[in-house]
Amino acid sequence: MIEIAIVAVKSALLLFILLTACAYMTLLERRLLGKFQVRYGPNRVGPFGLLQPLADGLKLVFKESFMPAHVDVIVYWLAPAISMVTALFVYAVIPFGPEVMLFGQRVPLRLADVNVGILLVLATSSVGVYGIILGGWSSNNKYSLLGSLRSSAQLISYELALGLAVISVVLTAGSLSLVSIVEAQRRVWFVALQPLGFLIFLIAAVAETNRAPFDLPEAEQELIAGYQTEYGGFKFAMFYIGEYVAIVTMSALLTTLFWGGWWGPVLPGPVWFVLKTLAFVFVFIWLRATLPRVRHDQLMALGWKVLIPLGLLNLVVTAVIVVLRGT
Amino acid sequence: MVVEVIIFVFAALGALAGGLGVVASRLPVRNALSLLLVLGSLAVTYLLLAAQFIAVLQVIVYAGAIVVLFLFVVMLLHRQLGAMSPDRLRWQGPVAIGLSAAFLILMLLTLRFATNAAAPAPAEFGTVESVGRALFTSFALPFEVASVILLVGIIAAVVIGRPASRPVAAPPRSSAPSPVGAPRR
Repeated sequence: MIEIAIVAVKSALLLFILLTACAYMTLLERRLLGKFQVRYGPNRVGPFGLLQPLADGLKLVFKESFMPAHVDVIVYWLAPAISMVTALFVYAVIPFGPEVMLFGQRVPLRLADVNVGILLVLATSSVGVYGIILGGWSSNNKYSLLGSLRSSAQLISYELALGLAVISVVLTAGSLSLVSIVEAQRRVWFVALQPLGFLIFLIAAVAETNRAPFDLPEAEQELIAGYQTEYGGFKFAMFYIGEYVAIVTMSALLTTLFWGGWWGPVLPGPVWFVLKTLAFVFVFIWLRATLPRVRHDQLMALGWKVLIPLGLLNLVVTAVIVVLRGT
Repeated sequence: MVVEVIIFVFAALGALAGGLGVVASRLPVRNALSLLLVLGSLAVTYLLLAAQFIAVLQVIVYAGAIVVLFLFVVMLLHRQLGAMSPDRLRWQGPVAIGLSAAFLILMLLTLRFATNAAAPAPAEFGTVESVGRALFTSFALPFEVASVILLVGIIAAVVIGRPASRPVAAPPRSSAPSPVGAPRR
């Protein structure tokens, strides 16, 4: 019984932290973009603009829930929900820290240690594509449809590169469980053993989250806002939460797979995990402020002609080294 | 045990509802989504059978790739919210019902004469290790054949998708390759 209670408390806490973090990421992004562009950014609502996400959230909740004509109603409502739920679901298997003693109970700082954890992450992200495809299709709007087609083509292409980078890590660690992958990095972080894999994963992660410089699905000049053009109010907020949680997810995965997860000197494990994840969130925003958007053919060429062959090469080399070391 | 039965009932109902949706709905996108429901329910059933790896693969391969491609095609071909062309295969319905009935009878017969001696699965059943070992030892030949078939499919797709070669009599165009790979006119 007490185990179920612990899991319930952990889930609730995790959801609260994630949603808050996602709200404040919007503020962080806007403030940092302001700094990058030598202006202030939002700083009026509360001290340093800290209440801005609250104001934004309230505004979105109280907005009129409109719906364009001739939409497929069920699918139209289902799409943002899929986006948000799949994004949040991934956190069931991401480990935040080692086991700790809390109130006389051994509490592992993770929700579940599934022995195919990393595959579960990939499966969830591939289901998340449906939110985008269905949202763009059901809105009955050509910009939405084009945006969703672009987006899903991009997601499917870069999922391969992402998967290849992950397989190299799995070979190095010898396990599919995210907890064992972190345990295997006790002495050497995998970024040192898999530098190419890390780069491939980073680029593919930026493309998977539809972030600049790969934010073609929402290229304003061409497609208004892409698949979310016809969404407003809370449904828009759900898409938004899905996107920002996905950024945190990719940052957490980069930390887990390549930067040693919770390992680190002096500070306790979860603190290291959060610090590393935040560092990658900063990298995502930094990239957006620095790089111009690529063209669609460039994006596809990069994915299929550069990243996937490099990923395969990395995989072959890794496999050979693992076998040679094993004998 | 009770929990497993409850989950199984839900998964089975989901699969049945999805299957009905696949054949009954008039909107191709709804058909594809119903198929997604069937595949998801099957993944849950695999989980109940202690085959975690297969369950996750089911979601990655079928839900994550194949149904997405179905949706792509449907969305691109049926612009008006997926309106379907009139049904031209009217004999399909009765034949399908007959075949389903035959399958049901076969299943019931199997259940009736089944010996109740299913041994519990060993602990390592369905893990990545056991599936991998089986693929590369006892099932090496089918595995390799499947990969060759897939390769043939890939090559066929490349050949079909290649831009059509220009007629011989056409005057030579500028030799600079066009940036998107297809000839621009």
